[in-house]
Amino acid sequence: MKVAEYDTTPEVARELGAFLERRREQIAQRWADTALFRTVFTVSRDEAVEAGKAVLDALAEVARTGRLEDSGAPGFAAVREQLGRMAAARSRAGLGPSRIAGEVAGLREPAVALLRADLEDAAGEHTHACALALTVLMGTLRLVVMETTVGAGGELIARQRQQLLEMATPVIELWEGVVAVPLIGTLDSARTQVVMESLLEAIVDQRARYAILDITGVPTVDTFVAQHLMKTVAAARLMGAECIVSGIRPAIAQTIVHLGIDLGTITTRAGLADALAYALTGQGIVVSPPPRAGAGPR
Amino acid sequence: MHAPPVSATCLPIGSDADLAQVRQHVRRIAADLGFGLVQQTKLVTAVSELARNTLVHGGGGHMEIIRLEECGVRRGLRLSFVDAGPGIRDIDLAMTDGYTSGDGLGLGLSGARRLVQEFVLDSHPGRGTTVTITDWVSGVPSPRTGTP
Ligand SMILES: Nc1ncnc2c1ncn2[C@@H]1O[C@H](COP(=O)(O)OP(=O)(O)OP(=O)(O)O)[C@@H](O)[C@H]1O
Ligand SMILES: [Mg+2]
Repeated sequence: MKVAEYDTTPEVARELGAFLERRREQIAQRWADTALFRTVFTVSRDEAVEAGKAVLDALAEVARTGRLEDSGAPGFAAVREQLGRMAAARSRAGLGPSRIAGEVAGLREPAVALLRADLEDAAGEHTHACALALTVLMGTLRLVVMETTVGAGGELIARQRQQLLEMATPVIELWEGVVAVPLIGTLDSARTQVVMESLLEAIVDQRARYAILDITGVPTVDTFVAQHLMKTVAAARLMGAECIVSGIRPAIAQTIVHLGIDLGTITTRAGLADALAYALTGQGIVVSPPPRAGAGPR
Repeated sequence: MHAPPVSATCLPIGSDADLAQVRQHVRRIAADLGFGLVQQTKLVTAVSELARNTLVHGGGGHMEIIRLEECGVRRGLRLSFVDAGPGIRDIDLAMTDGYTSGDGLGLGLSGARRLVQEFVLDSHPGRGTTVTITDWVSGVPSPRTGTP
C-alpha cells in the first residue's frame, strides 16, 4: 500500500494541474456565480467566467511546478493584478479582510466536488491525496489574494496573516461533545499556537469531552510537532477533555519511534472515523460497523 | 573514496518558511533519486531537526546538498547544515537523548542520528557547528552496470 504524501509526490501535483486544465470551463462556470466574481465582473457573465479561467490557468501552472504552498510561485504573477482588483472591489463594497478571505476560501468547494467526481474510480487514498493538494493550493491562493490587499504596513500584514492562520485551522464539531481539527500542511510555530488556542476555545464553547487532532495532512512529524501535540493533549486534559490523535501514517509512525519520542500516554487511532467511534463509545453511544455489501438479510 | 559529487546546491536557513522550503526540497530530490517512502520520511524528518537546530541554536545558516553517485553502484544524498553560531561545548551531552539547553524534547540531534545512515557532527565553541548526514538509496542498485 502506498501512502500518499501530498506535498511530495510530483505525480499528485501534476495530476492536479491536469485536472485544473481539464475542468477549467466547468470550474470557471461555477465560480462565476459566486459573489466574489459576480459582484466584481458586472459587465457580463462571460467576463466573470474569463476571469475565473485566468485564475485557474495560474493555479494549474503553479500545480505543475509543484510549489503548492508557495505564494511567491511565478505562476501567480499573471493574475496577481487581477486578484488585487477583485479584493479591492470587495473591500470597497465594505467587506473586511476576513470576509474577503472567506469568499476566496469558498472557491475551493466547487473545485473539490468536481475533483472527487473525476476520481470516483481511483483508490480512496489517491483521491484523498489529490483533494489535500487542491486544498493546500487553494489556501495559497487565499494568501496571494490577501497579500495583494496589503500595500504597506507590517502590522496589517501580521494581523491578516493571523486571520489566515485561524481560517486555515478550522475546528469542527463532529458530534455533540466531540470537536476535531484536521491539520493540513506545515506546522510552524505561529500555526501551532493558533491550533492550540482554537481547539481549547472550541472545547470550552462546545463543552466538548473529546477533541480529535487529525494529522493525516501533516507531511512531517518532528520533535517540534510532537512536542506541540503533547502540549495540546495536556492542555485539553486540564480543560476536562480527552484528546485523540488520528491519522498517523505508517512511515511517520516508524520515524517517531526512531526519533525516540514516546507518545505512549496519548490515545491514538488510525483514522478520523476510528477516533470518532472511540469518542462516541466513550459517551455511551453504540457504534456498529456498516452492513457488509452483498450480505443478505438475516 | 567516494565518487566526485554530481551537483551541489545551497539553501538558506533563516526563518520558519526556510525550514519548510528545505524540507520540501530534500523530499523532492530524495524521491527523484529513488528513496522509498519510509526512508524519505526519515531523511526529511532528520533534515527538519537539523535545520531547526541551525535556526534556533545556531542563529541561522544554510544547508548544502550534494548528490552522490558511485559509478552506478549506489546513489545517495549528502546534506550539511552549517552555522556560525555559538557552537556546542559538550558534544556527548548534546547527543544525549533528552538533553536540551532550551525547552525542547532534546531528541533532535540524537534522533536525527538514528534516522540516517551516516552522521558527522563538527563543532567549535565560538565558531559554529556543521552537521553532515548521508543516506544511500537502499535496495537494488541501478541496472546500468553489470557486476564488476
Ligand atoms: N547548531 C547548533 N548550535 C549550537 N548548539 C546546538 C546546535 N544544535 C544543537 N545544539 C545544542 O544541543 C542541544 C540538543 O539538541 P537537540 O536538537 O537534541 O535538542 P533541542 O533542539 O534542544 O530540542 P528538540 O528535541 O526540539 O530538537 C540543544 O539544546 C543545543 O544546546
Ligand atoms: Mg533540536
